[in-house]
Amino acid sequence: MVSRAERGLVADWFWTIDRVFLIAFVLLMALGFMLSFAASPAVAERIGLDSFYFVKRHAVFLLPTLVVMIGVSFLTPRQVRRAALFIFGLSTLLMVLALFIGVEVKGSRRWIALAGISIQPSEFMKPAFVILCAWLFSEHSRQPEIPGNLFAIILFVIISALLLAQPDLGQTVLVAAIWGGMFFMAGMPWFWIILFGVVGVGGILGAYTAFPHVQGRIDRFLTGEGDTYQVDTAREAIIRGDWFGRGPGEGTIKRILPDSHTDFIFAVAAEEFGIIFCMALVVIFAFIVLRGLSHASRERDDFTRLAISGLVLLIGLQSLINISVNLELAPAKGMTLPLISYGGSSMIAVAISVGFLLALTRRRPEKRSSERSLFGDFGFRVPAE
Amino acid sequence: MKKPDIFNRMLEKRRQAALTARKGSGREAKSRVMIAMFCFCAFYVVIGGRLVQYGMADDQATASIPRADMLLASRPDLVDRNGEILATDIRTVSLYAEPRRIVDADEAIERLQTVLPDLDIRTTHRKLSSDSGFQWLRRQLTPKQQADIMALGIPGIGFRPEKRRFYPGGTTASHIVGHVNVDNRGIAGMEKYLDSQGLADLFDLGMTVDEEMEPVALSVDLRVQHIVRDELAAAMERYDAIAAGAVVLDIHTGEVIAMSSLPDYNPNIPSQALEKDRMNRMSAGTYEMGSTFKTFTTAMALDSGRVRMGDSFDASRPIRIGGHTISDFHGKHRVLSVPEIFIYSSNIGTAKMAEVVGVQGHQEFLTRLGLLTRMQTELPEVAMPLQPREWKQINSITISFGHGVTTTPLQTAVAAAALMNGGKLIQPTFLPRTEAEAMAHAVQVVNPQTSADMRELFRLNSLEGSGRRADVEGFRVGGKTGTAEKVVNGRYSSNVRFNAYLAAFPMDAPQYVVLVVIDEPKPEEGQHSATAGLNAAPTVSAIIRRSASLLGVQPKYGQDGSAMLVSY
Repeated sequence: MVSRAERGLVADWFWTIDRVFLIAFVLLMALGFMLSFAASPAVAERIGLDSFYFVKRHAVFLLPTLVVMIGVSFLTPRQVRRAALFIFGLSTLLMVLALFIGVEVKGSRRWIALAGISIQPSEFMKPAFVILCAWLFSEHSRQPEIPGNLFAIILFVIISALLLAQPDLGQTVLVAAIWGGMFFMAGMPWFWIILFGVVGVGGILGAYTAFPHVQGRIDRFLTGEGDTYQVDTAREAIIRGDWFGRGPGEGTIKRILPDSHTDFIFAVAAEEFGIIFCMALVVIFAFIVLRGLSHASRERDDFTRLAISGLVLLIGLQSLINISVNLELAPAKGMTLPLISYGGSSMIAVAISVGFLLALTRRRPEKRSSERSLFGDFGFRVPAE
Repeated sequence: MKKPDIFNRMLEKRRQAALTARKGSGREAKSRVMIAMFCFCAFYVVIGGRLVQYGMADDQATASIPRADMLLASRPDLVDRNGEILATDIRTVSLYAEPRRIVDADEAIERLQTVLPDLDIRTTHRKLSSDSGFQWLRRQLTPKQQADIMALGIPGIGFRPEKRRFYPGGTTASHIVGHVNVDNRGIAGMEKYLDSQGLADLFDLGMTVDEEMEPVALSVDLRVQHIVRDELAAAMERYDAIAAGAVVLDIHTGEVIAMSSLPDYNPNIPSQALEKDRMNRMSAGTYEMGSTFKTFTTAMALDSGRVRMGDSFDASRPIRIGGHTISDFHGKHRVLSVPEIFIYSSNIGTAKMAEVVGVQGHQEFLTRLGLLTRMQTELPEVAMPLQPREWKQINSITISFGHGVTTTPLQTAVAAAALMNGGKLIQPTFLPRTEAEAMAHAVQVVNPQTSADMRELFRLNSLEGSGRRADVEGFRVGGKTGTAEKVVNGRYSSNVRFNAYLAAFPMDAPQYVVLVVIDEPKPEEGQHSATAGLNAAPTVSAIIRRSASLLGVQPKYGQDGSAMLVSY
């Protein structure tokens, strides 16, 4: 154990980090690795790879993920902003490059090969974008003469345009929802919120009319007609799993479920480990979201509060969308379950988000209100300076 | 120093205002975060609800798999009148796959092919790679195949015990016994009859039993059935016919003792039944029976009381009516008595006898004999006879010698039985029936004297007329030939024939009617024609020669069957 009297970097980190939060994230990563055994061999066999190809890669990525997560959580809010600015610049540049030299997968250019690893720059862009928007919104309220809001809007428009150009409508919707949520939580006037809400609805309607595949997916979701193979199979897998699951390795529907190791890992989890296990999974995500938001509500600093809210929205919304698709509560949309799904470089990206979140929720007594957390105060108070 | 103070105070005021504003915005922001938390909670509740809903749902993925007890459901054995087995259940296993559990469809097929080389790769691959929970791969394996497939150890395939219908006699009684489909449901013959008698309802209700059921006996005598089929097959080959059929009917009970229609099929290979020309011609085919119909015309004339055995009709000149000329095949060109008309098979004479009765009486008489309506019997394959929509004089004339009405051979035999047994029409049956039961439902259609006259005419024809080749020494066969011209391209053809011999024996006290039909026989070597007397009659003779003693008919020798008292 690290002595509380020490004032070194690690000791400081150890005593100020939200350890329950950290445990929740590590638990999710462990469960994700466990589910990889269930979900990915079938996929690997289907595409002619070694059965445990994805399991091995998952394991290989697990270590850097953990390192990045912990490493980033050492940053101070100021360093977080700088890191975000750097990552944002780099990933935006890569996104632009991907449009020209990227690898085309299933009709969209989201991937770019860097040093032998193909990465999806938009995954890295998301946490950085959240931090930058939080910064801009908070600067606006601190120094009204700086047009922070306007910059935030411009930033959002640029990112949306890049995502739509790939095209990646799901990420666009996700980014828009996060941006809107942050805008909302920044305490902006209702007039603007309603205005942006109307614009958002208009955007969805526009996408519905402009993109035939979007129209198809939404129609299929609403009517249940047409090629609903994936969601039907997912439902069948969940129902077959029943409360307690078929047991590890006993799943059969997972074998025919496309993208079982990424978008539909939730259904695989249900088939093998049961609905109660899935409920526990949902509870962990809910815990992370609510604990994160309760951190935010006690935060006095605008930037920190908004950044925490935004990162929580990022993880929370992405998991909500993924689970909803698995449960046929939302139109089919390929989105990974953060920390659980297999995803190579995107696991690192999620680690950055989590690292930022952990860094910002570290105990800084000078900025936190004395109110108790919704989930109790698990941290230890640091003697005041 | 006032100014700076004021300045300071103003500054302080602004700072205070800014602080208040920030505090306000902080409170506002806090409530906004609360709203976000509330929204998330609402979503999680919905997800939890959905998970509970899925947890309550029943897994219906396997609902299409047939229930095991259905597959093991017994059918009663079918046995002949002496208890010989015609159809029985044997236990087998069937091979199925659960495609979702199949790891590698290609590998599974490759290995299965080592045991089942005729497995269709394309179909099987489609089945194995489908998104289904259950697929039959091969029904009813042999024990060896089962053991070999078991040894392959392919995951995702399994065996299901099943009962399979087996017909030890093969083709022998195929059209009577019928057959079942792969799910053990009767789809033809008496097997189908069994299902229609409540067995199918039991299946549907799931009230099936796994144990053996009481066997169902048929009226058929397997020995006689074999003789009939054997002789028919020989005749078909000998006369180069396209088809042949025969029935042996007990005239006192209406029981069908034997019935065969060639070409037939092996009920153990049900798909054969669908091949061309495999239908049961005896009950499901209708034909213009030709001169055998003169039996009914003669009986009608005698039964009307307006014609007696001793009466004569002028058959010296052909009848001309409506542009048609009716003449005789074996023309005698003279006045013929009633027995002469019968044994020489005179069209002119028969037409004149029908004329005596009249058109309406003619139609009424044939209807009474059941020749114009659908026959009532257990066998499902029964055809509807065809008659002219409106009977005119010309129709009555042609029908008197068997053209212009089509009927099934079986009902022709049934009507003939009524003329032999004392005038009682008894519906045919394929189930055992006593004479008393038969009499309870019998209808008197002609008076006993007519029946006695007809017996005399039948015997006479066998002794002196066209049926000489049908006689079997000691068994006193009598009958009537029929050589009908078949319609080819809309016209009656003189050398494409449908031949029949309608016989009864023993003629002193008839017990059985035997009808043989031969479709399109060719002249035998050394013969110039192929009339019924040359092919159908000898076939009847062969059947009776071999089966009479099995049928319990005592042979008698002497002048025209009368008992010969001899003392040595």
